[in-house]
Amino acid sequence: MTTTHKRLVSAEINGEPVEFLCEPRQSLLEVLREVLGLTGAKEGCNNGNCGACCVIMDDRLVNSCCVLAVEAEGTRITTIEGIATPQGLHPLQRAFLEEAALQCGVCTPGFIVAAKALLDRNPDPDEHQIRYWLAGNLCRCTGYDKIVKAVQRAAAEMAGRAEAGAAAETGARA
Amino acid sequence: MVLAEKPQFKVIGTRPIRHDGVDKVTGRAQYGADVTLPGTLYGKVLRSPHAHARILRIDTSKAEALPGVKAVVTARDYPEIPDKVEDLGETAANLRELADNLLASTKVLYRGHPVAAVAATDPHVAEEALKLIEVEYEVLPPVLNVRDAMRPDAPLLHENLRTKSLAGRAEKPSNIAQHLQFKLGNVEQALAEAEIVVEREFETKMVHQGYIEPHACSAFWNQDGRLIVYTSTQGAFPAREQIASVLQLPVAQVKVVPTEIGGGFGGKIPIYLEPVAALLSKKAGRPVKMSMSRTEVFEATGPTSGTYIKIKAGARKDGTITAVQAMLAYEAGAYPGSSVGAGCLCLLAPYNIPNFLIDGYDVVVNKPKTAAYRAPGAPPASFAMEQIVDEIAEKTGIDPLKLRLQNSSREGTPMATGAPFKRIGHEECVQAALNSPHYNTPLEGPNRGRGVASGYWMNVGLKSSVTASINPDGTVNLIEGSTDIGGTRTSIAMQLAETLGIPAEKVRPAVVDTDSVGYNDVTGGSRTTFASGYAAYEAAKDLIAKMKARVAEIWGVPVETVEYQDAVLTTSADPEKRMTFEQFAAQMLKTGPAIVGTGSVQPRGVGGAFSTQICDLEVDPETGKVTILRYTVVQDAGRAIHPAYVEGQMQGGAAQGIGWALNEEYFYDENGRMLNSSLLDYRVPTALDLPNIETIIVEVPNPGHPYGVRGVGEVSIVPPLAAVANALYRATGVRFTKLPMNPARILEATLGLPSE
Repeated sequence: MTTTHKRLVSAEINGEPVEFLCEPRQSLLEVLREVLGLTGAKEGCNNGNCGACCVIMDDRLVNSCCVLAVEAEGTRITTIEGIATPQGLHPLQRAFLEEAALQCGVCTPGFIVAAKALLDRNPDPDEHQIRYWLAGNLCRCTGYDKIVKAVQRAAAEMAGRAEAGAAAETGARA
Repeated sequence: MVLAEKPQFKVIGTRPIRHDGVDKVTGRAQYGADVTLPGTLYGKVLRSPHAHARILRIDTSKAEALPGVKAVVTARDYPEIPDKVEDLGETAANLRELADNLLASTKVLYRGHPVAAVAATDPHVAEEALKLIEVEYEVLPPVLNVRDAMRPDAPLLHENLRTKSLAGRAEKPSNIAQHLQFKLGNVEQALAEAEIVVEREFETKMVHQGYIEPHACSAFWNQDGRLIVYTSTQGAFPAREQIASVLQLPVAQVKVVPTEIGGGFGGKIPIYLEPVAALLSKKAGRPVKMSMSRTEVFEATGPTSGTYIKIKAGARKDGTITAVQAMLAYEAGAYPGSSVGAGCLCLLAPYNIPNFLIDGYDVVVNKPKTAAYRAPGAPPASFAMEQIVDEIAEKTGIDPLKLRLQNSSREGTPMATGAPFKRIGHEECVQAALNSPHYNTPLEGPNRGRGVASGYWMNVGLKSSVTASINPDGTVNLIEGSTDIGGTRTSIAMQLAETLGIPAEKVRPAVVDTDSVGYNDVTGGSRTTFASGYAAYEAAKDLIAKMKARVAEIWGVPVETVEYQDAVLTTSADPEKRMTFEQFAAQMLKTGPAIVGTGSVQPRGVGGAFSTQICDLEVDPETGKVTILRYTVVQDAGRAIHPAYVEGQMQGGAAQGIGWALNEEYFYDENGRMLNSSLLDYRVPTALDLPNIETIIVEVPNPGHPYGVRGVGEVSIVPPLAAVANALYRATGVRFTKLPMNPARILEATLGLPSE
């Protein structure tokens, strides 16, 4: 058998203490998906170019495909599964729905996690800052316009601004 | 079908939250690779390192001996497969070629061509096992582009391929699989009489759909002989037919469960991994999960053709285009079946040109077998023709949009096939572009240019089937078979809701497996909102008829006297009697069985779609980098059911087209190895590369659909290639006839350097 010895790793994932066994060659993405059943982070390229696997690790946005699972020891990780609360969706998640900022939806978890990391450090980004920050996440369906608007809408809502979601007023008809 | 002058809709045209939305923003939606069956093995594919070679020997014994390996398969594990062509909706495939593309038997025809596959207890073990498989090849010279492949002395991919044309089959084998021809009038005479003649050659490279989700599936071949396949596919039923055909099984022995699908754009119509996973599962007696790496997606799925196009056009000084002679040669990839036919049909569609002769060639090359890519075949044709039209506009001094309006096709104009167009909306699109804020804002400054272009896609109808059942709480379950790539659960549900007069949120759409609904063709050809929406309309009418019958019984009145309007049942026999849809639903199970409606359609009234687009850009003269300053998409939707998702289709197609224009290409070395098979090197547009893409929805209702729907998924990718090229011409004074128009090529052209 060519399997290498497994290591025990302890981390905090979405607010819960978690222990898992992994091989040194396994990426954090592989362990999240195949070992822990957290399939919200997606594999689009497995080399850090598409951002579909984004998670927040100790307040840093990382591509989980480029992090070894053993590196997660002692860290605090937030995945897409940890963004909503039992009380409801995060403003970003609501804004993505209201702005129709997803089509196939496979890049959406990465975008929402990346956008959360942006708003965590800059609650009032301008359009260029949003586009610059999200340039590490690829979406092939939307042309990004509605994603940018969704992030603007969520930022405005989180700041409690009255103009929240002005860009999508038309969306409220139904 | 008669449409009211100003239809008043309650649901259509609104923007409800999509029904599957919450699952998709919380990470719960299950895509192809998210399914893990209990006890699964992991499959991996051994692929050819050569672009063209004969397989002399495969020895899998060392791989089979590796601990953890449970099965190894090669083409020898296939049953005997007949030489038969299978219709896949937007494309067709010969079964033996389809099977050979999934596991090569005697020859490999492109780098990445599968030759064997392994299933093991762990994906890393499966990968290690691949390295233990010995394959002996006789390497052959590859043919890597369409013009080289057409030369009489070119190495042959298929020794028995003889060109098919109207004259029958050619005597001598070649790489030209098919020669198509479309003609009208007398092109030679019209060109001889033309006051202006423009002639140019164009080249485009192979490009990929670039969906973010790589192909993935899980297969389990049960002890009772039943094969169940979970897969990310644009069509569960066409996938079932392909899998059953390749494995020579009756279709009902195969159940395909479509997962959520992370983008397709045509590339997830063909199957790749599914029968391989099935064969591995049969051998191992356990489920097998397979997913591709990004490099495998680039090297071994179905990009769209590289092309060579030559056009000679004649016009009068007043701007009337009188004649076009065109030759289109498209790379099919390793097996016949490019989109050149559609390219020929779309080439001249925006215009009324009385004399044309179009020759199309389908040519095999040592690159992956092409698949459909959003309006397959049309973008390269538009890249060529819309630059020719731009040049005629320049030579005649006519505004390029006005020249398009002057020559526009309309109802009755003959199509390339000779049949007349039905009601179409090209004139309306051009007029809307002329009136747009964008076009009426002057573009100033050095190194800047504005370009416009139009494009056409015919759209398709095909077959759709839904089932709807009323719940006692006044909701309706809507069972669909069209996989939902971009919000079609909702656009279909909205048409049922509109017909029933209930809110969209009261409909619960579900996409189900091939055991659980009638046959549905692929989600492709911009057909799903059109045809599956039509089926939902029929199902709603069926529900209404059955509600009327039930209520007639309850009220003791003749059924002909019962009316259903705005979700209320009434009868002319007794003005006192009235029952809302909700009241009906609440008592339904007390007065009889559940009311279930069906809609199963193959609509003939397909409405073609046009788009006209405006691009402003700026070129950095030192680096050749292009910045898109402003971009507007005008498109005829027929009827926009959910305008936000219509805008999304318009923006997404334009973004892909801009990427195709400026950056994207399959870049090969002389041995047929793709050198940029990653998302770092094959650069698709990022959020930073694009401006907000403005949208103008035009609604020229399609008379062939109860709500006027045409289909909006594809045509937006057609005009960008030429819109960008025409803008670049205005910015630099250079006509760019080769794609991509990347910084290197722009600098070569603007600085007068020799090109590659």
